[in-house]
Amino acid sequence: MNYLLKNGYVVSPANNLEGVFDILVENDKISLVEKNIQIDDERFMKDIIDLSGLTVFPGFVDAHCHLRTPGYEYKEDMETGTRSAAKGGFTSIACMPNTNPAADSETVIEYILNKAKEYAIVNVYPIGSITKSLSGKELSEIGELKFAGAVAISDDGNPVENAAVMMKALQYASMFDISVISHCEERSLSDGYMNEGYVATINGLKGIPSPCEEIMVAREIILSQYLDIPVHLAHISSAASVQLIREAKKRGVKITCETAPHYFALNEEALLEFDTNAKMNPPLKTEADRLAIIEGLKDGTIDMIATDHAPHHRDEKNVEFQNALNGIVGFETAIPLAIDILHHKNKMSLKRIAELMSRNPSTLLSINKGIIERGRVADLTVVALDEEITVDVSLFESKSKNSPFDGYKLKGALKYTIVNGDIIVRDGILI
Amino acid sequence: MSAMEFKSKDLLGIKYLLPEQLTYILDTADTMNMILESGTKRTPHLQGKSIITLFYENSTRTRMSFELAAKYLGATCSNISVSTSSVSKGETLIDTVKTLDMMGTDVMIIRHSMSGATHLAAKNCDSVVINAGDGMNEHPTQALLDIYTLRKHLGDIKGKKIAIIGDILHSRVARSDIYALKLQGADISIAGPSTLVPKDIEKLGINVFNTIQEAIIDSEAIICLRIQKERQNNAYFPSVKEYFRFFGLDENRLKLASKDVFIMHPGPVNRGIELTSDIIDSDRSVINEQVKNGVAIRMALLYILTRRGQK
Repeated sequence: MNYLLKNGYVVSPANNLEGVFDILVENDKISLVEKNIQIDDERFMKDIIDLSGLTVFPGFVDAHCHLRTPGYEYKEDMETGTRSAAKGGFTSIACMPNTNPAADSETVIEYILNKAKEYAIVNVYPIGSITKSLSGKELSEIGELKFAGAVAISDDGNPVENAAVMMKALQYASMFDISVISHCEERSLSDGYMNEGYVATINGLKGIPSPCEEIMVAREIILSQYLDIPVHLAHISSAASVQLIREAKKRGVKITCETAPHYFALNEEALLEFDTNAKMNPPLKTEADRLAIIEGLKDGTIDMIATDHAPHHRDEKNVEFQNALNGIVGFETAIPLAIDILHHKNKMSLKRIAELMSRNPSTLLSINKGIIERGRVADLTVVALDEEITVDVSLFESKSKNSPFDGYKLKGALKYTIVNGDIIVRDGILI
Repeated sequence: MSAMEFKSKDLLGIKYLLPEQLTYILDTADTMNMILESGTKRTPHLQGKSIITLFYENSTRTRMSFELAAKYLGATCSNISVSTSSVSKGETLIDTVKTLDMMGTDVMIIRHSMSGATHLAAKNCDSVVINAGDGMNEHPTQALLDIYTLRKHLGDIKGKKIAIIGDILHSRVARSDIYALKLQGADISIAGPSTLVPKDIEKLGINVFNTIQEAIIDSEAIICLRIQKERQNNAYFPSVKEYFRFFGLDENRLKLASKDVFIMHPGPVNRGIELTSDIIDSDRSVINEQVKNGVAIRMALLYILTRRGQK
């Protein structure tokens, strides 16, 4: 498929490109990025797409999502999950291994990749587990996972509680040059249902103190510094975590981290009416934490935005608050939340958005994406920055509808998702 | 205000009540107390109404108090015991309340071990839902009867010093009492082991102390909360003995309070732990009167909530 994308405002910080450019796509690749491309050849003239007024990012990469396959296909499957990602503007996604069975072996990684080959409409990269069955005890066959196609390892959903196991995992994984993603949670403090504080007190819900996350952040920083091996921290949600990471980075510790859109969009007050759709792990924190997350995203402490897309069946959410499962549907609200809150309301540059949502997650996963230049595979995310949308969960492509953002009016609409040269979302409509 | 102007469909918590709604409930309870004292405890106010108590936690006084209140007003009242119902077969709360709703229930009185469970029930049925205690969240009818009892003895509660002592963290009674006392403008002090005082509770505009002595100075009423002995196993406090030594109410400490102080307790009491038997049985204690007023308050609520919006 050959076509010309005209007059889009291209933002590709990895090669210092920002401005109005035309992009010529031939087959699956970008064959030219230049101002005012003039094509005489009739063959290319058939499909000229005018992107005037729109912003063209390198395809967004989500380093943290749950596709629920194998095992939990009643929540999401490869087809609905990747359609949801495409509708949300993600061209590459990395799925966490807490499936059933867990992605702790070559076989399960291969199963996911085969499913992806058959049903996925975006690029899918599986993440393998750090330990067998995510039990935190024995190391998974990390080398085999890597060679089967895992792009990182994580026990996400569970912390690796035992520091000795984590230390060995980091040492062992470094031999294969594969990123380790830590889910930071000190289990002896996580026996609660929401952030400990005023709202938990008012609601009479047992609180989880924020040190539950911060203690583990500190541990991972210490291990990373001691071993001189990189560690990536998943879904950072508290101000004190941001501060710990900021200081560690200043010292040169090889620590990276992500946050999720809900941590810069919401605070614990979203739970005042026991809305289980705002229940997640780590729990939403205070307004001061939310502001610290935004600060961390702006000053480089937080390296990327990952959705933590966590679909659940309505029967798992429409229950007593304590019994409701953690997590929210993330793909389809990520761009409007990031553009509205970070770009419009907090003056974040488009360049920084591109780093946070494309280049940096690509680097973490070593998948060589996140750049718009000649010769690269054409993965592009095109956004109308000023177009207002109203979130309507009934229109989600995801099989699940558990989002606290239903009815939100936000500025920032996805217009095109282009994956390997294929236009799968065109003018906002998923094909 | 009249019952038809009450507006709220359910009573899920004191935190959702307006000051005039609270006053209206208390005033109506006065009328109900007259009925209770009249000798013929039978009125037709709730004739033809069907009331169900659905208790997921054990209870003697709250459940019986609701049941009698309903019967005194002429309603039919059925009790569902969770252990013998389809709940024990795995039926969800929503399915249970929807089923009961379909059977022509007018009011469902629900107690549940989980905070917010009555909100979930109310959202999923047309019946009036009254929260009879949900987890650590609220126990609104207990607070109403506490305030009612205080009002009878102290008159206007505005500016009066009231102390709440004990396990605030796990207490739905404490939360509801604080909201109700705030609505009436009381000057509230709390004290308890610091592990049992929930974070940021001072943001409710109350005084938080580490000693019972500071909290009860010049108090006109002291509400002692029940200590659940099993909390000791979770390292909230080292022993019941130590609890009593530092937070138990005895005659010596009681001297710090106003000489006309009233002593309250939501029951059941652990004698010699939260307070001494001598205080429980003294003329300062209104613990038994609380129970009596509980019936009047629940009659008032049933009357108001079944009439709400009626022409």
